[in-house]
Amino acid sequence: MKVLAAMSGGVDSAVAAALAVEAGHDVVGVHMALSRNRDRFRNSSRGCCSIEDAGDARRAADMLGIPYYVWDLSETFEETVVADFLSEYEAGRTPNPCVRCNEHIKFEALLDKATALGFDAVATGHYARIEMTTTTGPDGADTLTRELHRSPNDAKDQSYVLAVMGPERLARAMFPLGGYASKDEVRAEAAARGLSVSAKPDSYDICFVADGDTRGFLRDRLGSRPGAVVDTSGEVVGEHDGAYAFTVGQRKGLALGRPAADGRARYVVDVQTSTNTVVVGPAELLSVNRIEGDKAIWFDGVLGRIATDADGWFDTEIQIRAHGAPVPARIRAKHASTAAPSEMEIELTGTPLRGVAAGQSVVAYAGTRVLGQATVTHARRA
Amino acid sequence: MDVTASLAESAGAPAPSPDTGAYLDHAATTPMTSAALAAFAEHARHTGNASSLHSAGRAARRTVEESREVVARSLGARPSEVIFTAGGTEADNLAIKGIFWGRRAQDKRRTRILVSAVEHHAVLDPAFWLAGHAGAQVVLLPVDAEGRVDVDTLRAELADHPQDTALVSVMWANNEVGTIQPVRDVVRAARPYGIPVHVDAVQAVGQLEVDFAASGADALTVSGHKLGGPAGVGALLARRDLPLDAVLHGGGQERGVRSGTLDVPAIAAFAVAVRDAVAGRAAYAARVAALRDGLIERVHDAAPDAVLCGPDPRTDPELRLPANAHFAFPGAEGDSLLYLLDSAGVQASTGSACQAGIPQPSHVLLAMGVAEDAARGALRFSLGPTSTADDVDRLIAALPQVVERAQAAGLAGTNRGARKTAEHGPANDGLVPRPSPSTHPSSPPAVHSDGSSSSATGDGLVPRPSPSARPSSSSKEHPA
Repeated sequence: MKVLAAMSGGVDSAVAAALAVEAGHDVVGVHMALSRNRDRFRNSSRGCCSIEDAGDARRAADMLGIPYYVWDLSETFEETVVADFLSEYEAGRTPNPCVRCNEHIKFEALLDKATALGFDAVATGHYARIEMTTTTGPDGADTLTRELHRSPNDAKDQSYVLAVMGPERLARAMFPLGGYASKDEVRAEAAARGLSVSAKPDSYDICFVADGDTRGFLRDRLGSRPGAVVDTSGEVVGEHDGAYAFTVGQRKGLALGRPAADGRARYVVDVQTSTNTVVVGPAELLSVNRIEGDKAIWFDGVLGRIATDADGWFDTEIQIRAHGAPVPARIRAKHASTAAPSEMEIELTGTPLRGVAAGQSVVAYAGTRVLGQATVTHARRA
Repeated sequence: MDVTASLAESAGAPAPSPDTGAYLDHAATTPMTSAALAAFAEHARHTGNASSLHSAGRAARRTVEESREVVARSLGARPSEVIFTAGGTEADNLAIKGIFWGRRAQDKRRTRILVSAVEHHAVLDPAFWLAGHAGAQVVLLPVDAEGRVDVDTLRAELADHPQDTALVSVMWANNEVGTIQPVRDVVRAARPYGIPVHVDAVQAVGQLEVDFAASGADALTVSGHKLGGPAGVGALLARRDLPLDAVLHGGGQERGVRSGTLDVPAIAAFAVAVRDAVAGRAAYAARVAALRDGLIERVHDAAPDAVLCGPDPRTDPELRLPANAHFAFPGAEGDSLLYLLDSAGVQASTGSACQAGIPQPSHVLLAMGVAEDAARGALRFSLGPTSTADDVDRLIAALPQVVERAQAAGLAGTNRGARKTAEHGPANDGLVPRPSPSTHPSSPPAVHSDGSSSSATGDGLVPRPSPSARPSSSSKEHPA
């Protein structure tokens, strides 16, 4: 196969490219430039976007003996990931830019361009597995299905941020690191091949927020918009620079002048952007067991194949953060009879979740298998 | 002359090299000639610092001075006018900074630097660096749709600022689109004011007749690796009475303006390459032009919507470098074209400046009035002494599918960018050359380092509407 290996300059994507080469594919390395104004050197915990990182990717490609190019996707990145990040925060929601990057950049802009240029697949250094399985539907018919699964590496599992890619794009993706149970094994693979990135530190922060200061980034881009912090009775208990910078469930950074009357910790329970108001309250207000989502994506072999009750519910587990724990739930597609039902509703069947914010992704699992995902629109206690 | 034969038979035949596919990027760098390589190897065997006084030093010095005489004779200069540098970029930096500082030391009012908007970054960036660090004002002289600098604007700027202009720098021929500049007119415009003119002739030497004395220029840049010599060596030809301060300080070599131990083998090889390139120029230029004209014709056949950028050599052969062809492929992105051609064994270039491998929309094309989206899909094909008809055949064989695929890839982006299209108009709005001065009743405004145009600042030029949004993009491209 003709495979485009997305190479960030980090160890994971370098090893993924190496494995694709060793599997006998015709591999070309591509580094995505996501910003026009890039730092010369990598700093702190950003691991992808400096010119030094591009150079690391180039050296890895040299050592693997594959062609290497830099593709400028900075404009698309700004128009999708960064614009979404800003508009979501501005609307009082909590976006996950890594999900949006997988959705719009890696598995759309890059994948579509690669496909148009004649590539069969895009290989990335994500920790997740693609499995081909035979499923038997309620009608007894067997179907060969491509499934997305969690990585055996719990700490690194990235299935949550990949769920957004959906089944059609999964068919053109390769995750060569899917079988690795630890990052140390991947580093060892890099070292064994003499790849100089083997000891490179991991990256954690949002790549386009230079110093990890998300609130500062939002203030720079959206401007300061001072407003009130109120409690659930409407009494003003503090001030803020912009409601957009707050997230439901947040406790730190509220800078409230005086403690609550009952002395208990207060959390952001609502962000009302129409009035530029941040509402704080006790932890129990954050507890929810009903979640609704839109922009639903279902993988193959789920809708119409998984056994449901008469009302369309089926039991599953859901996860609302990249590295959160899954919790038991039942789920159903709204308007399930339509070709591509875009909404889903979820009832938690075990313990409630705390701090579910609109804009987050909710991903449904059956064991290690990803069933589908949606973007949270509402969360409440029933 | 049979253009299907290899061009390698001219004086200064290139050294044999392994097959690298169809190499159509000679303007980036071209193979060293066998003679230059032999001279390099010969002199690399000998020890001797050309500044030393003993016999080994004298031998090295003799090689340097003989090389200086060869370069001078080949380029119509006096030996004392040749300053060896470590390449074209250093020579351009020395010219821009050295003349600016030298002129300002004579008269502190002289702070204006007039450069064409299509100069190489080795000229533009030092000029804008001086604007940011040394109080210079940079005036970008506009060009027409074919990339030729507007001499009327230059005349007007000089007439308005006879006392406070430090220097003028206009290249002999453009590295991207091959446009030959009216150097003679530039020099004539500046001479009455006694304002020195620097000419970057990196792309011209070996393709065009370059005579320093006859040109009337005060300083002229030459580079080794564009004409069969090694990379990392070049020269600034500078008149002896030119105010020129040093950029590199140290041992005082090269008239005291370019310190540093002389690189004897590189200088010897450079001199051989210059000599042979100049001696074989007329025959080489004729053969390569014929090959290039065939390439242009066949690209138009193979990719009917390709747009030739720069002067059309079929009608104006004297306005374009003979080895240069440059096309925009509407709807395709340069990086897609480059990748697909490279996969097919054809090596070309987007021709514009890169930052860590990212092709930026070319400031040259933008200055010519090409729309930014169209400028992204541009490729330069530059021929050289080793180019053959086979190379062109390989390009033409690959091109139809390459362009089709690259356009499909561009379309994938356009469909996705529906929102962008709605906000900013069509994603690919094709080539929209700005009106050229020749078809325009009045000259376009110059652009100044503060981002303003002459018409906006009202500093003496007749206010005229700007025909495009280019001024702001130009100043963004080169932040002062």
